[in-house]
Amino acid sequence: MIVHSIFFYFFSVIAIFSSLMVITSRSTINSVFFLILDFISVGCLFIMVGAEFLGMILLIVYVGAVAVLFLFVVMMLNVAEQKQSWFIGKKSTHIPTGLIVSVLILLELLVVVGGWKYKEDLMSSSTLLLSEISNTHQLGLVMYTDYILYFQLAGIVLLLAMIGAILLTFRERVGVKKQSYLNQISRSPSNAVELIEVKSNQGVKVDD
Amino acid sequence: MTEIGLGHYLSLGAIIFFLGVIGIFLNRKNIIVILMSIELILLAVNINLISFSIFSGDILGQIFTMLILTVAAAEAAIGLAIIVVYYRNRGSIRVEDIHGMKG
Repeated sequence: MIVHSIFFYFFSVIAIFSSLMVITSRSTINSVFFLILDFISVGCLFIMVGAEFLGMILLIVYVGAVAVLFLFVVMMLNVAEQKQSWFIGKKSTHIPTGLIVSVLILLELLVVVGGWKYKEDLMSSSTLLLSEISNTHQLGLVMYTDYILYFQLAGIVLLLAMIGAILLTFRERVGVKKQSYLNQISRSPSNAVELIEVKSNQGVKVDD
Repeated sequence: MTEIGLGHYLSLGAIIFFLGVIGIFLNRKNIIVILMSIELILLAVNINLISFSIFSGDILGQIFTMLILTVAAAEAAIGLAIIVVYYRNRGSIRVEDIHGMKG
């Protein structure tokens, strides 16, 4: 149990520190790196607490795809390093309101920690954890049977996101020679090949 | 102190949520950091759902977490596409420069 608490404090301190660095970092690319560190440490916490599948999904999908997508966008957009201007420069009127709202949210969430217990027989769910099979097996048993509709809706959401992202960033470029599949497959020998009778000692004029 | 319970995980989720909200409100730099703050908030929600799922012995929270991960990935893709298009049109993604709707 002491090992569990040591690892919990280790990973959670890293997670809190790196999320603090995400929002205060001077350059955007450092923010992305700290976001990746945050995802990794929270993924390790998930694995430690017993949700191995979601921990690995967080590591593979989030760190491998979403965070790297952020990294690509930051690299492509040429975001110049800007001076840290939270409290200096042009006066912003939304900082006090933002601080008040954020601190209130933190206090409301921390109320949960103090002495909150739930009743013993609060839940009568059909999806309770079983101890003899692994986490991934359990998740599959529930997700592909009772919640198959939500699983497929998630797939539709991903499809729509893909179509939307392609549609938003697509643009016609001028001056680029592109392959036209319709012209290629509609060619026939009658309009593509021309037979020319070549006279001796005279060339053939080829127009291009 | 050495016994790690539900409260510890909930506190961790609360702190990360708080940092994400602070990041949205106090950001004066570019808008990508706001998207990253939204990712932090969703991560905090995932921590809450998974810790409730583990400590109450019900797998349902982990299924919700998976759906949240899906929606978060879709949101990140669409948001970054919008940012790329905005940058292509305006040449800047600073928060101060984005005031087209006079908000």
